[in-house]
Amino acid sequence: MPANPYNNHTEYGIGIGLRVPHFRHILDKKPVVDWFEIISENFMVDGGRPLEVLDRILEQYKVVQHGVSMYFGSADKADREHLKRLKRLVKRTGTPWLSDHLCWGSVDGRYTHDLLPMPYTHGVARHTAAKIRGVRDFVETPICVENVSSYTEFHQSEMTEWEFLSEVVEMADCGILLDVNNIYVSSKNHGFDPYEYLDNIPHERVGQIHIAGHTKFKKYILDTHDHPVLDPVWKLYDHAIKLCGHTATLLEWDDRIPSFDEVHNEALKATQYLGEHAAKPAGQAEAVAA
Amino acid sequence: MRRSQPAKPKLLPRRINSVADLRAFQRVMAEALFRPLSAGEGLQGEWGDGRTTRSVAEEFVKPNKLLTSVERLEIYAKSYWYRVLDCLYEDYPGVRAIVGERRFMKLATAFLGEYPSESWTLRNLGSRLPGFIEGAPAFTAPHVELAAEMARFEWAQVVAFDGPALPVLTEDDVLDGGARLRVALQPYVTVMECEYPVDEFTLALKKRDTAALRGEASNAPTAMPKGNGKARPRLPRRERVHVAAHRQENNLYFKRLEPEAYAMLTALRDGRTLEAACARALRDADPAMDWAGRVREWFQTWQALGWFCRRAKRGRA
Repeated sequence: MPANPYNNHTEYGIGIGLRVPHFRHILDKKPVVDWFEIISENFMVDGGRPLEVLDRILEQYKVVQHGVSMYFGSADKADREHLKRLKRLVKRTGTPWLSDHLCWGSVDGRYTHDLLPMPYTHGVARHTAAKIRGVRDFVETPICVENVSSYTEFHQSEMTEWEFLSEVVEMADCGILLDVNNIYVSSKNHGFDPYEYLDNIPHERVGQIHIAGHTKFKKYILDTHDHPVLDPVWKLYDHAIKLCGHTATLLEWDDRIPSFDEVHNEALKATQYLGEHAAKPAGQAEAVAA
Repeated sequence: MRRSQPAKPKLLPRRINSVADLRAFQRVMAEALFRPLSAGEGLQGEWGDGRTTRSVAEEFVKPNKLLTSVERLEIYAKSYWYRVLDCLYEDYPGVRAIVGERRFMKLATAFLGEYPSESWTLRNLGSRLPGFIEGAPAFTAPHVELAAEMARFEWAQVVAFDGPALPVLTEDDVLDGGARLRVALQPYVTVMECEYPVDEFTLALKKRDTAALRGEASNAPTAMPKGNGKARPRLPRRERVHVAAHRQENNLYFKRLEPEAYAMLTALRDGRTLEAACARALRDADPAMDWAGRVREWFQTWQALGWFCRRAKRGRA
């Protein structure tokens, strides 16, 4: 299922997040990278350096937008100004699909700037799906929602996280950005079987996969994106690829960011798991770097 | 400062079937996150309406084998405060240097208690800090004026970094307009009259500090921002200066202005015609000076920097 309606029928390979410490290296050295994921909000600005860099990246590379503040699960309506800016950026980047998180983060117009977990109820699923549809219709681009890592569960929940995710994406008719590191982190924090999670989601809706590193504390695991991917997460990724097929995969490394080559090499480890599922040799998939 | 509302108990729905239920649920959880952390960097023990935080947390957060309801909720509260404090910490290094690290954290915490983020982007988080400093002098005394000016100057740098750029005024525009021409300053240009040389102080700090980059998308800050251990710099002496924060080829710059040039730019910014702006700027100027030549030089420089754009017509965006 490499290409599907949720990733706009594309076959992207292995990408990495576009991060400030790597700007100079990328612009000067023009390394071959299948695609970059950008944090939409970092470029939803009116002018200046961020947009200049983005335009130069767009001349050389494929870019996919990933958001962190749409908050599909917030009771508040989507912010109109936010949507307009997002749509302007979509037109600029030509992103084939958009992703954001299955979470909430604001209420009554006040923002936490966090990806907060939701109470998993049928009513919340209906509301969330309606918001996703509304955003997709406004922006006119396929949307994939990402499962978040979480550190708490709620008494009010009526189902498992994977049941909730499945219900939301079916009702919204949208895709999934499957973050296997987040599944692992949450499974350890909440004591569920991550393979049961993976086995019970609609695999045909997975448009993209995230991999990342995390940090183990004494009593919980935190999704810090500041380490290489750990072995249990690679194993989960392997299982996800077997279920979903060759899927566009992105390594997130957002803190204590090492050199570009180190990040890219870590991402390219995914190649061995794509193996027989690879639609195209990784690293050559429509790379357009000069 | 705004007066805080009397605490009203926020009730948690037992079942969440509607948007109203969801909103009620989210209000309670947000309330827990927005409350300043205790001295031990945990959730405060009292909820504020006679209940304990523990009892409120137990109403909606499931404990597990290792963590209580409060401890699980606390992970999110810490994450919230570390994130927003880190944002102000990075955006206001000058204010931080003026008041010191510990007092800055108290100032930032009080500010965020009064003005939590109302925007989807953290970029705007500190926009009201200058006004807050003036309205709550206890946090920066005896350096209130300097701290407020520095905060304004540092916010001007945020604006200069990614503010919009409108089409630059052309020579034809200037020729067509003549003395009656009204121009606007680019939105990313801020001109300021300051009682302290905040630009020099900023450059001195930049020299002292090595540039640090903030992680962009990590969702889990793990610690409160801490001091860099560097010696507190000597604070600037009172000296009236005029300065512009702007960008050129997307690099951030500060530019000192002569008082008359500042007066000219503010008059133009405020919508006066070229003729009226000249009159205002040179009202008290030394008549022995060759102001015609000086004004021509200013305009050549400002035009070369692309500072002027067309003024939006009334009734239009």
